[in-house]
Formats: sequence, C-alpha cells, structure tokens
Amino acid sequence: MKKIQIGVMSFVLSMGLIVGAMAQNPGYKIGDKAADFKLKSVDGSWVSLPNNAKGAIVIFTCNTCPYVVAYEDRMIDLHKKYAAKGYPVIAINSNDDKVSPGDSFEKMKDRSKSKKFPYAYAYDKSQEVIKKYGASRTPHVYLLHKEGNDFMVKYIGAIDNNYQDPTGVTEKYVEEALDDLMNGRKVAVESTKAIGCSIKWTKNAQ
Amino acid sequence: MKVLLLCLLLVFSNSYSNESSDQSKTESTFRIISYPEFEEMLKTTSNKIKVYNFWATWCGPCVKEMPYFEKIQAEDSSIELIFISMDDGRKPERVTSFIDKKRIKAPVYLLNDVDYNKWIDKVDPSWSGAIPATLFIKSDGTKSFHEGELTEKELKLIINQLK
Repeated sequence: MKKIQIGVMSFVLSMGLIVGAMAQNPGYKIGDKAADFKLKSVDGSWVSLPNNAKGAIVIFTCNTCPYVVAYEDRMIDLHKKYAAKGYPVIAINSNDDKVSPGDSFEKMKDRSKSKKFPYAYAYDKSQEVIKKYGASRTPHVYLLHKEGNDFMVKYIGAIDNNYQDPTGVTEKYVEEALDDLMNGRKVAVESTKAIGCSIKWTKNAQ
Repeated sequence: MKVLLLCLLLVFSNSYSNESSDQSKTESTFRIISYPEFEEMLKTTSNKIKVYNFWATWCGPCVKEMPYFEKIQAEDSSIELIFISMDDGRKPERVTSFIDKKRIKAPVYLLNDVDYNKWIDKVDPSWSGAIPATLFIKSDGTKSFHEGELTEKELKLIINQLK
C-alpha cells in the first residue's frame, strides 16, 4: 500500500516536473485580444499589426519545415486574395537559428526572394511573440479581426485539411473563417489541429 | 537479447500480419496504414507498455530521439515500441531507406491520413500536432502522452512512472 502511495506520489511529482519543464504559456484562445508586435521583416522594414486593415492572417512559419514548404503557394494566394479585402498575411518565423541554421534571417531573405513572397516575413528572434500567441508548430495560423482598436483572435489552426494536395482539399479552414468574418457571421470552425514541425526553441544558456 | 527481439518482432508481425514473407525477413516491419487501422492497433493492448512514437524522416528532433527509444526497447522487455511515421504516404521509399540506413529494429507504420484535424484529438486531446510526440499505453489501457523531444533520461523517467 505504502509502495503504491509512494509510486503515485512520485508519478504526480515527476509528471509535474515534465509538464513544468515544457511549461509554455498556453497562449491565446478564441476571443482573446492579440498583442501587437514590432518585428523586422526581410525587406528591412518593421512589421506590426496593420492599423488600417480589418484584421490580419498571422502565420507562424519558417523556411525548413516540409509542411510550410507545401503551403507556401497557398499562403501567397491567401495574401493575394485577402490583403485587398483588409486581411493581409503576416508570416513570422520564430525558430532559433542556432538550433535550426536554415531558419536564419539571411535564409529568410533568400526564401522570400526566391518565392517572391508578397507578404511581410518577419523574424521573431527573441521568441516573445510566439510565446504570447502560443503557437506550437509550423505552419500555425492566428486569424485576427479588428474590433475597435483591438485585434481579436477568431481562428487558430491549419490553413486547410490537405497539406499534400491543394486539389484534394475539402475544408479551407482559413478562407471559410474569413468568409464568415467578412459576412458578419460567427466563425463556424474556430480551431483546428494539424501535424506540423515543432518550434525550435532557444536553448537556455548554461 | 537478439533472440528476444526477434521473438517480439515475430509476435508483433503475426498480430498485424499483412506483410509478405519477404518483408518479415527485413530488420523491421513496415506498412502503410489508415487511421482506422491505427485505431485498431491502439485498442490492442498486451502485457507490455506500448510506446507509439510519432516521427518523420525529415524531422531533426525526431531522428535524434529515436535511438533512445530503440535502446530502451532493447534493454527493457516490458516495453513494446512502435514507430508511427508522418512521412508522405506517396513516397514510402523515404521511410524504408531510412529504416535500412539507421537499422531501425522496431516496427514502423506510416499513418497515411492527412486530414489531421479529424484524428489528432482522438490520439490525445493535449496534442497540438507538433512532432515528435509519444503515446504510452499501459496494459490496462491507461494512456499518457508527451509532445516534444525527449532525452533518454526523460524517456526512462516516464516509463518508470508508468510501471
């Protein structure tokens, strides 16, 4: 009996440790107010949430993740279709470039140039922005809608339901959420999950 | 130890025997499966702690932690390790050549269903979808889930807690 108690105790304790070790702010939920940021984009300009827009499609992304690569053209299309309607794409890379050298600011510039990204591609080097938002993988979308002066989180998740084949997509999550927002409706599917690449977090200095 | 492993492998490949005799001669079992097949697999408990590790050949942290899992499987007979690949189902050769190159011993299944939102929560509600991730299922069916890379020490700690 005692053994079991000790077992349970140490289980609880160590699970606490494990959870504590990976402790990360769970980040934003639907309906939360999103914080503004000021990050440097690949063209050298500073990027923040756009005051003159109706919202923004914030996508935590990177250079190196195969899922991101599979979605790049669709991200470009989203921007082309929705920026003029008030919802530009803002792509943010938060990966530590020591852990993932392919995700350095220089490599971001290269990627942006070769793919001709029409949207801002900014580097969250300190990882402060991603920690606030709570993204855990790439690509990870936060669809924001402006209410008064505040950017409210309206959708969190994947771009659509088939990363492999754009023609095989049956649910365009982000587009459907945008259509709901633009028509003054409540977003029907507010959050989705997808397999994605883990965020390459900065390792604590020893 | 080798014999034990071989027995394990045989027992395993018998319980999910769809592979040809050719494949069972290779070091590791490999098969492409659907989500319903995976779900069936999860329901099949044994007297071991089943460890399902979600990974992909292109995922650096996944590849890094795989040897720890293989080591624990080799050292600890109460563990049954199963690798679940998230690689592109249209290019299984990437996985099979990885298995050969790295001499992966544990069975590898490529879960070929990209409609992720339909099944991630069913595996575990706490899973955001990032890989690596690992699902532990005890013989009584109790589940525990870990998202993120594990060190050998962390993996041993989790397994010891489950015993």
